[in-house]
Amino acid sequence: MRTHQPFSLARCWAMVVKEFVQMRRDRVTFGMMIGIPMIQLILFGFAINSDPKHLPAAVVLADHGSLGRTVLYGIQNSGYFNLVRLVKTESEGHDVLARGEAQFVINIPEDFSRDLLRGDRPSVLLEADATDPAATSNAIGSLRTVLTSALQHDLKGPLSFLAATNEPIDLRIHALYNPEAITQYNIVPGLMGVVLTMTMVMITGLAITRERERGTMENLLSMPTRPLEVLIGKIIPYIFVGYVQVALILAAAYFLFDVPMVGNLGLLLVVALVFIAANLAMGITFSTVAKNQLQAMQMSFFFFLPSLLLSGFMFPFRGMPEWAQALGEVFPLTHFLRIVRGILLKGNGLNDVALQLWQIALFTAVALTIGVKRYRQTLD
Amino acid sequence: MPDGLAIDVRGMTKRFGDRVAVDHVDLQVRTGEICGFLGPNGSGKTTFIRMLCGLLRADAGSGTCLGYDVITQSEAIKRQVGYMTQRFSFYEDLSIHENLDFVARMYSMANRREAVRDTLERLGLSERRNQLAGELSGGWKQRLALAACMIHDPKLLLLDEPTAGVDPKARREFWEEIHQLAGQGLTFLITTHYMDEAERCHRLAFIASGKLLTFGTVSDVVRQSHLTTWSVSGPDLHTLAEHLRGRPGIQQAVSFGSMLHVSGDNAAALEQAIAPFRNEQYDWRQVEPGLEDVFIHLMGTSRDGAPA
Ligand SMILES: Nc1ncnc2c1ncn2[C@@H]1O[C@H](COP(=O)(O)OP(=O)(O)OP(=O)(O)O)[C@@H](O)[C@H]1O
Ligand SMILES: [Mg+2]
Repeated sequence: MRTHQPFSLARCWAMVVKEFVQMRRDRVTFGMMIGIPMIQLILFGFAINSDPKHLPAAVVLADHGSLGRTVLYGIQNSGYFNLVRLVKTESEGHDVLARGEAQFVINIPEDFSRDLLRGDRPSVLLEADATDPAATSNAIGSLRTVLTSALQHDLKGPLSFLAATNEPIDLRIHALYNPEAITQYNIVPGLMGVVLTMTMVMITGLAITRERERGTMENLLSMPTRPLEVLIGKIIPYIFVGYVQVALILAAAYFLFDVPMVGNLGLLLVVALVFIAANLAMGITFSTVAKNQLQAMQMSFFFFLPSLLLSGFMFPFRGMPEWAQALGEVFPLTHFLRIVRGILLKGNGLNDVALQLWQIALFTAVALTIGVKRYRQTLD
Repeated sequence: MPDGLAIDVRGMTKRFGDRVAVDHVDLQVRTGEICGFLGPNGSGKTTFIRMLCGLLRADAGSGTCLGYDVITQSEAIKRQVGYMTQRFSFYEDLSIHENLDFVARMYSMANRREAVRDTLERLGLSERRNQLAGELSGGWKQRLALAACMIHDPKLLLLDEPTAGVDPKARREFWEEIHQLAGQGLTFLITTHYMDEAERCHRLAFIASGKLLTFGTVSDVVRQSHLTTWSVSGPDLHTLAEHLRGRPGIQQAVSFGSMLHVSGDNAAALEQAIAPFRNEQYDWRQVEPGLEDVFIHLMGTSRDGAPA
């Protein structure tokens, strides 16, 4: 008698082939897998623009030197500010703000050029209309860099000592916002994680319940299969789908939204594998617990919602109460968001993302273990 | 296999909540034997078969199937058993060929391609191999399912109503093939509601309300029923049947074409009951009870005995 193999690659492969064929035939589901990322991209990427530019700004220019103007040119060129008015006094500026004709007032004080050249660190005051902090925070965040780079040309030769000091200008901002406010290019890379969470959990959530509802489970169980073969066999085809989504979103990020891609894309793709697997494992585990497809859908939704809300995609992670942060740490999406942003925007390497990656892998292992344990090899 | 028994189980019991679907059923089926498994709807046939191949956990009972422990070694049993489900349970969104190929892969068959091709040819489905299984007619689905559960050369076949909805010619071919395979040493447990099929079985097991009522060859079963049957022909048998039913000693009066079969398990009482109707109008003859008479009789007694 042959000893029974604990895991047979051939049987697992049989599942993979079967699932692929079924996926190909199920046009609606396949279309949905491609359609959801597109819709979300359009909604979040275009319609909900959390990185608004060309915000109207008024200027109080009391300086008579040339550097004040240089600074203003730099501000205008940054793209965030559109210098719509020149006002005479600070109080006139306030009126403009109050009427909503401008979102910012930039004050360049008297003797700005002189003080700057002396190294006296003149102050520049930015007053922001913070009624919609999300709208202005990016512009505010960029201003410091904008100022420094604007002056780079002028602070040369004998003046280079000024550029070398950390900050030749004392920038003051009235109306501060959340320290980790949604930053530039946050949304589109984050969307990759959101789309994967939503579709991957849902699609495998239906995997086992569908077999039960269609009655094919009885046949499958009467064959000598092991739980892990079935579960892995059902997961693998959707890894492929996940990569199609990743490719789609990366392409959109690059071509449509000009998201910088500083880091290693290869690394991102490897990390994505772990994340995709985590969501598929979660879905398949729901599928073993749910009684029918409707329940599986509901479970997927109840997983997706807190993922979305607590991962730092919707709200700044650091801005949440501690218990919510602790809960957020559980979800793979939280870690994946950090990784994607880290790799794409900050150029993180494997070492930088290892800790996050490890936590996603742990989640996958736990989910899959529960799935295997819950997978019933009988019909009762 | 020890003692040449392909199935040897005792006390098999399955409960769904308070309801006992299978109640301490013992069954021994010899290797190479075709055992017919009969019983009214909801009597527990499917449930019993599912326990044999490990699809349902038995609440009580023990024994072996192909020499493997029926409770603990269902993995090993599954590899050598072909189970055809009552309801079509192959993938409707896969083609005929893909379904067969999937099954062959699942059993890790070395000669997978040939096995699939041969099966397609034997079924006469080679041309339609790429048709979706869901598009087949009911009878063809049955035939596909049957072929698929035999693809891995199982030693024991558990067939749950394999010929339901299959046309007479295909049924005849099916039974011929079954007998041929049994001659080669395969064992069959087949549920059916067709009496002509039951008569083709080596042995019959009759189950009602989860209890095994009778087991043996066709003649054993008829003899054990202690049934006496009279056949009567004549005018207006329908009215005659109405008069006869309900008389003490008469348990059934059933039409068979131009005849009426009147049966009871007490020969003397039966004869007394029909006496008033034995006149020149009717032609009365005592006959050997048919399987159907016996089963309807058994169904009647089990209903009387059943608690619910
Ligand atoms: N999964 C289940 N949950 C609850 N009750 C069940 C389940 N499966 C079967 N039953 C009950 O067990 C009893 C036996 O059912 P089973 O399907 O074994 O009958 P059967 O003899 O195969 O009937 P049929 O000839 O109609 O196929 C029935 O009363 C049925 O309602
Ligand atoms: Mg049944």
